[in-house]
Amino acid sequence: MLDNLKILLHQGKQYIPDVTKATIPGIFRGRPVISTENVNENELMELCPTNAISTNPVSIDLGKCTFCGECAIAFPNKIKFTTDYKISTNERNNLIIKEGQDEPIELNPDLIRKEIHKYFSGSLKLRQVSAGGDNSCELELNACGNVNFDMGRFGIDFVASPRHADGIVITGPITENMAQPLQICYDAIPDPKIIILTGTDAISGGIFEGSPALNRSFLSKYKIDLYVPGNPIHPLTFINGVLELIKKRK
Amino acid sequence: MDAKQPLPSFSKHNLVFEKFEREIHENFGIAYTDHPWLKPVRYPFNRVDKNSAVADYPFFAIESEELHEVGVGPIHAGIIEPGHFRFICNGEQILHLEIQLGYQHRGIEQLFLEKKKLFQRITLTENIAGDSVAGHTVAFVNLWESLCKYQPGGDLQLARTLALELERIAMHTGDLSGMCTDIAYQLGSAVFGRLRTPVINYLQSWCGNRLSKGLIRAGKTNFPFTGALADELNKMFDAYEKDFEGISEELFSLPSALARFEKTGVITTEQAATIGTVGMSARMSAISRDIRFSHPHDLYKALNHQPVIKHHGDVYSRAQIRKQEINQSIGYIRQLIQNLPENEHKDSLLVPSANSFTISMVEGWRGEICHCAITDDSGELILYKIKDPSFHNWLAVALSVRNNEISDFPICNKSFDLSYCGHDL
Repeated sequence: MLDNLKILLHQGKQYIPDVTKATIPGIFRGRPVISTENVNENELMELCPTNAISTNPVSIDLGKCTFCGECAIAFPNKIKFTTDYKISTNERNNLIIKEGQDEPIELNPDLIRKEIHKYFSGSLKLRQVSAGGDNSCELELNACGNVNFDMGRFGIDFVASPRHADGIVITGPITENMAQPLQICYDAIPDPKIIILTGTDAISGGIFEGSPALNRSFLSKYKIDLYVPGNPIHPLTFINGVLELIKKRK
Repeated sequence: MDAKQPLPSFSKHNLVFEKFEREIHENFGIAYTDHPWLKPVRYPFNRVDKNSAVADYPFFAIESEELHEVGVGPIHAGIIEPGHFRFICNGEQILHLEIQLGYQHRGIEQLFLEKKKLFQRITLTENIAGDSVAGHTVAFVNLWESLCKYQPGGDLQLARTLALELERIAMHTGDLSGMCTDIAYQLGSAVFGRLRTPVINYLQSWCGNRLSKGLIRAGKTNFPFTGALADELNKMFDAYEKDFEGISEELFSLPSALARFEKTGVITTEQAATIGTVGMSARMSAISRDIRFSHPHDLYKALNHQPVIKHHGDVYSRAQIRKQEINQSIGYIRQLIQNLPENEHKDSLLVPSANSFTISMVEGWRGEICHCAITDDSGELILYKIKDPSFHNWLAVALSVRNNEISDFPICNKSFDLSYCGHDL
């Protein structure tokens, strides 16, 4: 008993007091800022492993970006990754960062369905489906619930059955072999329900885009409520994105 | 060779070949005259038998009034990758478990041939298994550099060795947390869980990614390991070790924890040798199998690594091995960062050799990771093959739960913590 208390005492306070204002220590590649400097744009575009960079104007699609930072190393005056981790949004186009643009990424309140705030703002239970995920986003989603990030304090939890869930959190590029199980799981969740795409692989297929082993037809059938970019996502990106989705009102 | 002509199998003589022959059968349609069981491996998109689907897989069944089946998956109860587990139980006791994987198949080996840029291939490697980023990426860059006849400098070798050992510490710590969760030991779950955080946060402060994506590159590094990073690492371990020793001592002297760990999910030495388990899953059954010892790469030769060996093959052995390997890895890292090598500016990578066969082996935290490449006349890849340690070890999970209570399945499974995506590719 005393040993247990000693261990408890020695841990101190591990939780992040305010997850909406926390700063990420060290280097972190969050929302990029692209300057208007002239560079060899073709060279820049060619560098990207997942074709996330387009030209005219130069832009980075965070739904395709793997956040490897190689472009910022090769063109340090053109591209900088800031430590801004609030990069979740509900509008696919908001993930495309254009040159000269340096403002926070936000959710579009007009696209948030009314019932989301009404039913889920105090409690949101989510079912996670890994559909070809590489276990990196899965590890970070697990970390959302640990004693450091403690997402449960907001009433947001992952549950074991779709019958208990208010929505589905998808990781991975959606493999052919997982297409049917994903559909069955989604159908088993009672209405109203939300869909969250977590990580670059889920949003665009990432490095696996175009692989014949994928079947992404599920995504064309439904409206996506939240895109959480990252490779893997940072827990703070996920928690802040979900909080904004359930708390934000028109 | 005529693909329609059945071949005599190697499995008949040594069972460790059975997985490889099943894979050959599934991918190329080659039949065997005496293979014990040509069960599908992963239902890849380019399999020969397109009429088969993973959803229709006929599981082994036993007709009996007294037995019942329990199906689990492909989607599991937690935040975890998919795979199907089919139990045949006698009451609460597991008589038989069959595992069918393939749900995570993304066609990676084929993508290696289609993505022509080196950097795309590195990105692919980083996404084979997100819990073994360092393991797979080091295997790939070592292979590629060897193919290009490039000798990495001491600084690159140091960074790679450090990344592998940090990944081992982080994943072993997370697994100890998961094992505590599965026996409902809340304090252990919370403390080991939070102890993983400073290790992966350290990786982020080094390379900007908590799981070390972006850290390892062929022929260069974007994030040199500096003296300031070494100081930070020593400080991180000073704080980690105190709390880690405290909670480990508590866990391994707690009767209710030991009762769940000891003699649960046993794989005997004989079973492990028959299956051909690798890495931790071999060492817990008294088999000394460790690439760091048998085929040392990067800085492992200088470390004179001695594998940690356990003898009981149970959950307790798998917990103990993690604890001791964490201590060992911290010791190695402290030793390695005492004197940092100069950053060497070397020539850039040349083109890969033509008509070559190259193989690369790395001891990831689960065990032996093996990558293999064959090039054509112009040095372009014509085959890329990846073997994750989980490919060997999944059968050990299936056998370990026999005669255990079905309620002990989670702790057995977590104590191996095998990769689905690494297996399915």
